[in-house]
Amino acid sequence: MTKNVKDEILHDHNQDGIDRRGFLKCMAWAGTGALCVMQGGVLKSYSLSRLSDLGGNAAAAGELSFVQISDSHMGFNKPANPDVAGTLKAAVDKINGLSAAPEFLLHTGDISHLSKPEEFDTVDQILKATGKEVFFVPGEHDVLNDDGAQFRERYGKAAKGAGWYSFEKKGVHFIGLVNVMNLKAGGLGTLGHEQLEWLEDDVKRLKSSTPIVVFAHIPLWTVYPDWGWGTEDSAQALAYLKKFGSVTVLNGHIHQTLQKVEGNVTFHTAASTAFPQPEPGKAPSPGPMKVPAEQLRSVLGITDVNYVRGQQALAVVDSSLA
Amino acid sequence: MRRRVWIVVLAAPMIAAAVLLVSGTRGLAASAEQAQASSVEVKIDNFSFGPAALTVTVGTTVTWTNRDDIPHTVVSDDKVFKSKVLDTDEKFSFTFTKPGTYGYFCSIHPKMTGKVVVQ
Repeated sequence: MTKNVKDEILHDHNQDGIDRRGFLKCMAWAGTGALCVMQGGVLKSYSLSRLSDLGGNAAAAGELSFVQISDSHMGFNKPANPDVAGTLKAAVDKINGLSAAPEFLLHTGDISHLSKPEEFDTVDQILKATGKEVFFVPGEHDVLNDDGAQFRERYGKAAKGAGWYSFEKKGVHFIGLVNVMNLKAGGLGTLGHEQLEWLEDDVKRLKSSTPIVVFAHIPLWTVYPDWGWGTEDSAQALAYLKKFGSVTVLNGHIHQTLQKVEGNVTFHTAASTAFPQPEPGKAPSPGPMKVPAEQLRSVLGITDVNYVRGQQALAVVDSSLA
Repeated sequence: MRRRVWIVVLAAPMIAAAVLLVSGTRGLAASAEQAQASSVEVKIDNFSFGPAALTVTVGTTVTWTNRDDIPHTVVSDDKVFKSKVLDTDEKFSFTFTKPGTYGYFCSIHPKMTGKVVVQ
């Protein structure tokens, strides 16, 4: 289904982004819920154009471009994808082929499959070929057995607590959050009191016109609680971000692209570079989905994000590895 | 032949009396452990524990086997037991030596929950 839409802007907020008609259409399509589900990644009320066009415009505008990758699950070797290193390399090729070179990468977790040192090593080695700085947040697969000690040693030395941090790039404020620690029986992802207090403090000094990008592994909106696809205390985090005109939330975990727009907050989940997972509730469990080998790369992907100064929302562009 | 039968008939009430005596002194659990020490299997399939609820006697060893393509853990709510991460086909066993209700979950996918009642 996604094979026809590769390299197209799937959710373009810059050109005709959150226009009222488009937004309402989206809401109508989604029914009474506020959930905007992309069928194959395409939201019909948004215009589609070529990724290369955007790349050219973006470069001319001299703004910030970065790429989000997610869920590389290095070490996974089951039928859904026996070669996750190969598909991660394909993602790197895709990144290196972008007409507007990204300034850096975000990896939204599940770098490894079993938190093994050699799995992290392999990912680091493959991502080196981008020549870009990579900012990581952990997925639950990265903090197995040691409460995330290894993850913090590798990627979070300057981070606070379980690995949360923030940084600025060209006037955009980036916030990496950790919602995969101390999960409770029957619950969803959790940020926890300490991290929420840090977040409140972190954004207090910022002007409300500062564009905010929040990235974390598990979605910070409730996608499908029966499968644990949500974060218990995300509402509190979003409350601290209410004053900002533009908030973009980038997540992984669910191995498919979904988007929801709520006021000035755009939520987006990225595809995995390893294997797809079923749509919410469309299978008995959220386990890896096996697709015919020739279709695999069409359901994996990267997310290219572009910020144009003066425009409110960031353009979030998914492209498959096919 | 006739003599042996009588011994059995006489012995039966004596054993029963002995069991009653022991149980009177809080020894029923111990005798059950010796008499019924057993193993029970729980399969992890499709992100769920099967059976999700188990009732066993004291001394029973429960073994969880992960049959999913995704790793899981078995962690008791009260931290009585905690497995390492279980990849596909890996197992974790725990022997329940005290009566009680033990809720547990997968710490990676906390929506997966189960319960062992030990009597």
